[in-house]
Amino acid sequence: MKRAHILIAIIFLLLSTLLLAAAGDGLWRTKVPDKDRARQNPFAGNASAQAAGARLFKQNCASCHGDDANGKDRHPSLLSDRVRSSTPGELQWLLTNGSMRNGMPSWSRLPEQQRWQIISYLKSLKENENAAASASK
Amino acid sequence: MSRLQAKFAVVLLPLALLLAFPSRPQAQENYFVTYTHNMEEPGTLEVSNKSVSGFPRDGNSFLGSAVEFEYGVKTWWTSEVYLDGQTTANESTVFTGWRFENRFRPLMREHWINPVLYFEFEDINSADKALLEVVGHDGVGDFLERNDRSEREREAELKLILSSNVKGWNIAENIIAEKNLAAEPWEFGYAIAASRPLALLAGPNPCTFCRENFSLGAEMYGGLGDRYSFGLKDTSHYLAQIIAFRMPQGPSFQISPAMGLNNNSHGFLLRFGVSYEFNQFASLWRK
Repeated sequence: MKRAHILIAIIFLLLSTLLLAAAGDGLWRTKVPDKDRARQNPFAGNASAQAAGARLFKQNCASCHGDDANGKDRHPSLLSDRVRSSTPGELQWLLTNGSMRNGMPSWSRLPEQQRWQIISYLKSLKENENAAASASK
Repeated sequence: MSRLQAKFAVVLLPLALLLAFPSRPQAQENYFVTYTHNMEEPGTLEVSNKSVSGFPRDGNSFLGSAVEFEYGVKTWWTSEVYLDGQTTANESTVFTGWRFENRFRPLMREHWINPVLYFEFEDINSADKALLEVVGHDGVGDFLERNDRSEREREAELKLILSSNVKGWNIAENIIAEKNLAAEPWEFGYAIAASRPLALLAGPNPCTFCRENFSLGAEMYGGLGDRYSFGLKDTSHYLAQIIAFRMPQGPSFQISPAMGLNNNSHGFLLRFGVSYEFNQFASLWRK
């Protein structure tokens, strides 16, 4: 009986660890409602919004994610494939709700328009990198 | 150095230090009394000063002040320590005590209304004039007691914070219950507030005095009596305007003129505050 309890405890711990690892590896995307995922950025491709987003990123995000968005200390890079492949709607959902169990706070205190501006900037990082890669070929 | 110069030095030196430190501050509190569900980011330390000056009709004018150290322990847990003091004209300047508070956000996602649970223990004396909340039958009469006749008060305080961010607006309501641990009844109070940035869109160019760096709002707070005499009788209430300014690479400033709404209130209070965030404060010690 005692051995069974220990076995159950070990399985529980292993499952918890796996779940936590999964949560830290983009599980939040599975929680985004379809309605939110499908939302479009009203400022997509807008250079002015990207510039404003860069300023907002520097003020609010860079202290954790680094000036170049490439991650800092234990905070993840925003140049990762996971972020790049996220839809604008998914990123808006993440900024609004945060991923609090993983240390990402909610940024609902910023007006929604400013969150879209930050997303414009993040998406422009990807476009700039793609352009640089094509130029070097 | 004259006494006046020394006072100026005490005020200006910390300000100069704050301005000299490179950081990316984005202090989040717009209000003086009302709490919102916006928690401190994990690892970030916010240092702020909240002061209030009052001019009681039958007493000496005063300046109450609280220095606040707010730390984000987790995304859902913020911890704060306050050090309170006051100076009263024709009397003295005294340290009045300390407060330790914790705020917990039980729901891990953003909702239409977001609750936060607040627990505080305070060890202050009755000469405290920081006016960080108004409860029970608090009123202008409490401010007429001389500093040298104050008595120690140990109190526990609970708050239910309800707050929403909607279309650029923040709307917050606090329900307050406070108990003097020396066998006095529970006292109750409330605070409600709303604020909005002057612009919801950020401009593309760096600027200090852009509209998005300013917020305007209002808050109302007051007492609701105690367990034995719940209601508005012999309570005090205030309505205040708030103007907040966030300097993009510097501190945040708030100013709030408040009007007393009945005879038991101060006629006029002027609150002002300055705050500064040290982002990822914990990581400074790891390096």
